[in-house]
Amino acid sequence: MTIKFYDDEISSRFLIGTALYPSPAIMLEAIKASQAEIVTVSLRRESGTEQSGQNFWSFIKDSGAKVLPNTAGCKSVKEAVTTAHMAREIFETPWVKLEVIGEDDSLQPDIFGLVEAARILNEDGFQVFPYTTEDLVVAEKLITAGCEILMPWGAPIGSGRGLNNIYGLRSLRAHFPNIPLIVDAGIGLPSHAAAAMELGYDAVLLNTAVAKAGDPVLMAKAFALAIESGLQCYQADPIEKRDMAAPSTPVAGLPFWNQDHA
Amino acid sequence: MNIVVNGQRITTQAASLSELLSEQGYGTAKVATAVNGTLAPASMRHEQKIADGDQIEIVAPMQGG
Repeated sequence: MTIKFYDDEISSRFLIGTALYPSPAIMLEAIKASQAEIVTVSLRRESGTEQSGQNFWSFIKDSGAKVLPNTAGCKSVKEAVTTAHMAREIFETPWVKLEVIGEDDSLQPDIFGLVEAARILNEDGFQVFPYTTEDLVVAEKLITAGCEILMPWGAPIGSGRGLNNIYGLRSLRAHFPNIPLIVDAGIGLPSHAAAAMELGYDAVLLNTAVAKAGDPVLMAKAFALAIESGLQCYQADPIEKRDMAAPSTPVAGLPFWNQDHA
Repeated sequence: MNIVVNGQRITTQAASLSELLSEQGYGTAKVATAVNGTLAPASMRHEQKIADGDQIEIVAPMQGG
């Protein structure tokens, strides 16, 4: 089943980052193993003598994936907006993964700057994928600012802690049933990604958990399976938890039963 | 004149942004540019004058999460 991210129909629910791999060749293999259609990329200062970014760009083009440029590391609205403008020109896409970082230890989004930058970019024709928290009020303001997708964090970027606030993520899903929701950041294990999908999230974006694994290609496969599994679980409508046991084997006709024991 | 390119102070004779890119060895590299915090589109680099004290960013595709 496909999902629509702005004007694009996407099949894979796995969005994967391109950083931190042991080599470009392993990155390409991992992207292939992930079956992701979308990869995140960034912009960094380029030296006229080294031009390292040019090689990277040729690798990404070879992957055939759609690119989702980020504004990683930007700490102000101005930096994020200008970076988005540069990304749109260089990658020739209206998509931007909007990050406005508010705090260095947690890399927590500056949600005030995020909403303002999202408003400016949406008005300028961008299709914004905002990296946000699970805060419902911020989510509402981002939607009012023109965002048609939300990307709440699972946990701080690169922490591998999984879903820190399952209640908050579930609430967000319940409040915005028709907005594509992508858990972005903090995922460490395939089970974390499956849990996000089981909550009804539409996709998962991760990087470090694959790139820094001992075998990134195998881990990319593991995540692809987990994300598909979680999606199918949600679509299959799982049972509710209950406090007491409920026998799965029929009780009627149980041998040795008699009415004196009832 | 003295300008700042990617955080480094340099002295340049370039009058325009396109001249600066040639002077600094970028050739036909796929880069995006900003002058004083605002995008300087590739199509405008010939017209984009460089002034003393300008802060210029030259960026390229890079790995990202």
